[in-house]
Amino acid sequence: MHFAFDEDQLEFRAQLRALAEKQCTPADIREAWASPLGWSRPRWAALAEMGVVGITVSEEFGGMGLGLVDAVLLLEEAGRAGLPEPLVETIALGVPVLADAPGQQGSVLRSRWLSAVADGGVRIAVGMSSMPAVPGAEGAELLLLERDGELHAVPAAAVALTPRPALDGSRRLAQVDWEPSPSTLVVSGFEAEEVLAALGDRAAMGVGAVLVGVADRLVAMAAQYAKDRSQFGKPIGSFQAVKHHLADALVRVEFARPMVYRAALSLSEGDRDASLHASMAKAMASDAATLAARTALQVHGAIGYTWEHDLHLWMKRAWALAAAWGDAATHRARVLEILLAKRP
Amino acid sequence: MDLRFTSEQERFRAEVRDWLEAHVPSASRGTGPLPSLDTAEGFEAHRAWERVMYDARWSVVSWPEEFGGRGAGLLEWIIFEEEYYRARAPTRVGQNGIFLLAPTVFEFGTPEQKARYLPAMASGEEIWCQGWSEPDAGSDLAAIRSRATLTTGAPGAGTEGDRWVLNGQKTWCSRGAFADWIFGLFRSDPDAERHRGLTYFLVPMDSPGVTVRPIAQLDGETGFAEVFFEDVEVPAGQVLGGVGEGWKVAMATAGSERGLSLRSPARYTEAAARLVELYRRQAEADPGRAGRHADDVARAVIDAEAYRLQTYWTVTRVLDGGGVGPEASMNKLFWSETDLAIQSTALALLGEEAEMLGDDSRPPPWLDGFLFALAGPIYAGTNEIQRNVVAERVLGLPRA
Repeated sequence: MHFAFDEDQLEFRAQLRALAEKQCTPADIREAWASPLGWSRPRWAALAEMGVVGITVSEEFGGMGLGLVDAVLLLEEAGRAGLPEPLVETIALGVPVLADAPGQQGSVLRSRWLSAVADGGVRIAVGMSSMPAVPGAEGAELLLLERDGELHAVPAAAVALTPRPALDGSRRLAQVDWEPSPSTLVVSGFEAEEVLAALGDRAAMGVGAVLVGVADRLVAMAAQYAKDRSQFGKPIGSFQAVKHHLADALVRVEFARPMVYRAALSLSEGDRDASLHASMAKAMASDAATLAARTALQVHGAIGYTWEHDLHLWMKRAWALAAAWGDAATHRARVLEILLAKRP
Repeated sequence: MDLRFTSEQERFRAEVRDWLEAHVPSASRGTGPLPSLDTAEGFEAHRAWERVMYDARWSVVSWPEEFGGRGAGLLEWIIFEEEYYRARAPTRVGQNGIFLLAPTVFEFGTPEQKARYLPAMASGEEIWCQGWSEPDAGSDLAAIRSRATLTTGAPGAGTEGDRWVLNGQKTWCSRGAFADWIFGLFRSDPDAERHRGLTYFLVPMDSPGVTVRPIAQLDGETGFAEVFFEDVEVPAGQVLGGVGEGWKVAMATAGSERGLSLRSPARYTEAAARLVELYRRQAEADPGRAGRHADDVARAVIDAEAYRLQTYWTVTRVLDGGGVGPEASMNKLFWSETDLAIQSTALALLGEEAEMLGDDSRPPPWLDGFLFALAGPIYAGTNEIQRNVVAERVLGLPRA
């Protein structure tokens, strides 16, 4: 039992934090929102250079060859920094799918895409047929798309995108028109069920990690504002009504965090309860981020309701991701279903 | 990162489990369940159980062997607790002593005090209650007025032979109706500023001048008491920590109460597992009705699990040399609310059956658990005080 990260993992996070402090200021995020792509190619290149993008790519293909436990801390940091780049889809969803893709098609996909991912030249978007639109499709070179229970790997050239603007200026949803073919098929049938279930669990964990980072940032911003802003002749943070809102939000964030870390560990070890752990993590992370957003806005008051203030850059991310890959209630229903399926 | 226990720890778990299975008072062996510990008879039955555990050296596994423990680590303590709750063993009647006072004695006690108090505490021979609150000092603990006066020598001298005289009133003393000793704060310097001038005393409940008035709780039983002190003489050796250092010493006890030692996660994960089984039974009988509470059941179960993981996270930090600071207040908020969520969801599942007492006119387990859980957000510092602590000392917000 040693429920903590090691020095290397913490150091990697510190490097990402340092990069984000320089290259991902609120002004940078706003610039990304206003750009055609919604995120920045130079910043993606810097993330690739640092090893973040290729963290889960095996060393054989030029990646770091690390696992989800290493990645989870970086994803949390990405949330805290408000990175507009769609990291979860590439490092926690796409790369593991390609790494495990079966048969001849699997080897073809790996040699075609994985080195390019690690080099920073390829981003992966992931779309399920249940989604109204695919996040990060714009600017993705490879799309992993599900239809009728089959998973396909479709190069950008073979899809037609219709943008579907979203509240978060970096989400860049798109409706994807494409045709499945034998050449795009990655996995089908019973095998596909397993691959898609694992994909959903990794998404719950990965998005949960980003949400915890987003929530952490929202609470920090609100606490800072409560120290700076005075009314009735004293900082508003000295009033209990404000203190108690913030304490409650912080508690939900602090208790969601280890759940997300444990989900990453269980997924990387193939624990038989990994799905349960992923759903528990996403349920807590979604709720923590939603509460943090609500609390942060209330503490800021009217200034937090403006476009001009930076708060909304994180609030909108919280709302979008809280719903993505199953909201809290959906995951709670799944948790109960899994527990009831176990006999006492 | 690793969430597995070592094979040695798993052997320890098996040993605990085997012993508990053979010894926990049970209906099948005709030895249990024990009567409520808030009755005179039940208190003694629980005391006897503490002795059974002590004789097998299970009562305080994490203490050094010389005081009756096994010198086990924090993780072994957590394993012990997991098995204890899994076995549905009796509530620890000595918990105010072994979980709250003991860590404070280990930190501030003299060697003589450790030898005098710890083994008797571990065996159940001396059961402790706490003396914090007063009629006009609850959340505002530093407002206490019960006083301690030195009979010889100058205040603060504290030499052998000096005796303190205690006067005043303590209230909401858990286990106070039947306890043998009380620990608590008294004002030893009436001129000092609020938090200063307080001293932490250890006092036998049978001292001349101590009067106990038991108070019936929501369940009708005397789980706590008012304790009156009228010229109660206490030798200087029964001061814990320095004279005038009482606030600092008391905060260490409060830290234990809010943090790791009082509420181990097993209590909640076991209750959550029983909640799922209750849901299963109720859903078999009336799926539509039970289903309306499904989301609350899942929420409670997830929170219990989150508390368990947060504890492992904290224990790892402590084992790596870190400490537990104001984040103990986050723990207290979380476990008290989680407990209430589990218990009230269970009552919701039971519906109109929830209000019914058992054949013995006692609340059955879920109702009993609900009544107990209601106290959680109040004792050990109300949750409003904990939120202040979190906001001020974790988030750095200014004091009012």
